[in-house]
Amino acid sequence: MNNGLIIGQYVPGESLVHRLDPRTKITVIFFFVFIVFLANSVVSYSVLTLFALASTFTTRIPIYYILKGLTPVWFLIVFTFILHLIVTNEGNVLINIIGFKIYSGGVIQGFAISMRFFLLILVTSLLTLTTTPIEITDAIEDMLHPLKKVRFPVHELALMMSISLRFIPTLMQETDKISKAQASRGVDFRTGPLKERIKAVVPLLVPLFVSAFKRAEELAMAMEARGYQGGEGRSKLRELKLEKRDFIIFALFIAVVITLFATRNY
Amino acid sequence: MLKNCSFSIHENEAVAIIGHNGSGKSTIAKLMNGLLFPQEGEILINGQPVNAETVWDIRKDVGMVFQNPDNQFVGTTVQDDIAFGMENRGIPRDEMVKRIAQTLDAVGMQDYRLTEPHKLSGGQKQRVAIASVLAIFPKVLILDEATAMLDPKGRKEIMNTVTMVQEQRHLSLITITHDLQEVVQAERVIVMNKGKVWDEATPRGIFARKGELRSIGLDVPFVAILSEELRKAGVPIMNEVLDQDELLEELWTSHSTM
Repeated sequence: MNNGLIIGQYVPGESLVHRLDPRTKITVIFFFVFIVFLANSVVSYSVLTLFALASTFTTRIPIYYILKGLTPVWFLIVFTFILHLIVTNEGNVLINIIGFKIYSGGVIQGFAISMRFFLLILVTSLLTLTTTPIEITDAIEDMLHPLKKVRFPVHELALMMSISLRFIPTLMQETDKISKAQASRGVDFRTGPLKERIKAVVPLLVPLFVSAFKRAEELAMAMEARGYQGGEGRSKLRELKLEKRDFIIFALFIAVVITLFATRNY
Repeated sequence: MLKNCSFSIHENEAVAIIGHNGSGKSTIAKLMNGLLFPQEGEILINGQPVNAETVWDIRKDVGMVFQNPDNQFVGTTVQDDIAFGMENRGIPRDEMVKRIAQTLDAVGMQDYRLTEPHKLSGGQKQRVAIASVLAIFPKVLILDEATAMLDPKGRKEIMNTVTMVQEQRHLSLITITHDLQEVVQAERVIVMNKGKVWDEATPRGIFARKGELRSIGLDVPFVAILSEELRKAGVPIMNEVLDQDELLEELWTSHSTM
C-alpha cells in the first residue's frame, strides 16, 4: 500500500546536479529567478536558456518526465503568449483578421514573457526533481542559521518539517484505512451532490485528527525518552559539505550573470 | 496508580513485569525513565536517584522501546532514526556512523540503512527502535509492551533479537507485557495487580499459580492449561511446563518409565 509513494517529485539519481550541495542549488536558483527578469534581448535570453537547458540535461532525468511535470503550467504559458499577442500594439501590423490586429511587438513581447515564465518553472522544478525534501530542509535550516541571533526558532522549524515529511506516508496510509472502514459502514465518498460529499468527509477527518493528536503525544514522549532536549548541544548525522563541484557551479553561474549583463540590450 | 511497590533488578538480569491493563506496569516503566516522577518514595538507577536534575543522565542509561512502532520513529530513514538519540547527546558524526552500522548488525537490519519507515513492517520498525536505543549503550533496556501491536511473526522476531542483544551487551532487560507467553524467557517475573506487586517468582513458579493468575485477569497460555487438564485426567506430569517442547518432553518420558 502506497509503497511507490514519492514525496514531492524527487527523481533519484547520481548526476552532478543531484550530488550538488542543496544550498548551492537553492542559492543559484534563487538568484536565477531574479536575473530572468533582467534579460531583455535575444542574446541575453539565449544565455539564460542555454544555462537552464544545460542544467536540465545534466540531471539525466528523462525530458518527457520533466515536460509531463510541467503540464499544468503549459496552459498558463500559452495563455500569457496569447494575451500579449492581443493586448500589445507596438511595431508593425503583421496580420489583420477582421479588425483584430496582431502587431510584431506583440509577438516579440509574448514570446519573451512566455519564455521567462517557462525558464522560471523549469529551473525551480529542477530543484525539487533532484533534491530530496529532507535535503531541502537541512539546507533551509543551515541557511536560516543567522536568524538564530534574533531568536528565530530555526532548529524547531527544521525538526517540524522533517517530522511532517516522515509522517506524510503514515497519515496517508491511515486515511486510506479510515476511508475504507467508513465506506464499509456505508459512507459514500464518491457519488451524490457536492454538499453530501463534503459532509461525508467529516467521519474521515475526525478519526484522522484524533489519531494524529495521539501519535503526536506518543512521539513527544518517545523523543523525550531518547534524550531530546531541544537544539542546544546536538550533533548532526546529515552534514552539508561544500565540495569543489559546488564552487565550480558558483563560478559558472557568476559567469552566466556577467554574460547576461554584458549582452543586455543587444 | 502504584501503591507500596518495591523491588530491585540486578545488572545483567532479564526480568518480566506482567499485569492486566491498569495494573500499573506501564507506570513503572515511565518512572524508571523519568517520564513520570513518584509522589513518594525513591527510584534508584545504578545508585543514582531519579529526579528532575538527574533525569538526562538517567535516560542515557535507561533505554525504552514503546508499544506503537509508528509513533516512536522520528527519522525519515532508518539511519536517521538511529542517529536521533545520538544527536541528542552530541555524539560526533564519525562515531555515529560507526555505531549505526554496529547496532543495525546487532538487530539484523543491516540491509535497511536507508529505508523509509513506511516501507518497513511493524517488527522491523521495532527492531530499528531497539537498535536506536542500543546505539547509546544503555545499561537497562525496557520494552514497554513492545510486541503488543505485532503479528506472531514480528513478535518472534523481536523476542529473538532481544535475547541475542542481551547476550552480546550484558544489559538488564525489563520486559513489560500482559502476555504470559512472553515471560518464559525471563529469569524472574514480577506480577502486578491493582498497583501492587502481587507475586515475584521464576516463570515456573508463576505458571504454577494458574487459577489465581486467571482471577487477576491474565490469560494463561494454552500449554499450561493443557498440562493441567492432562494432570487432572491422570497423566503424570511432574514439572511445571513452560512451552510445547517441555510438555512433549514430559509426556514421552512419563510414558517410557511406565
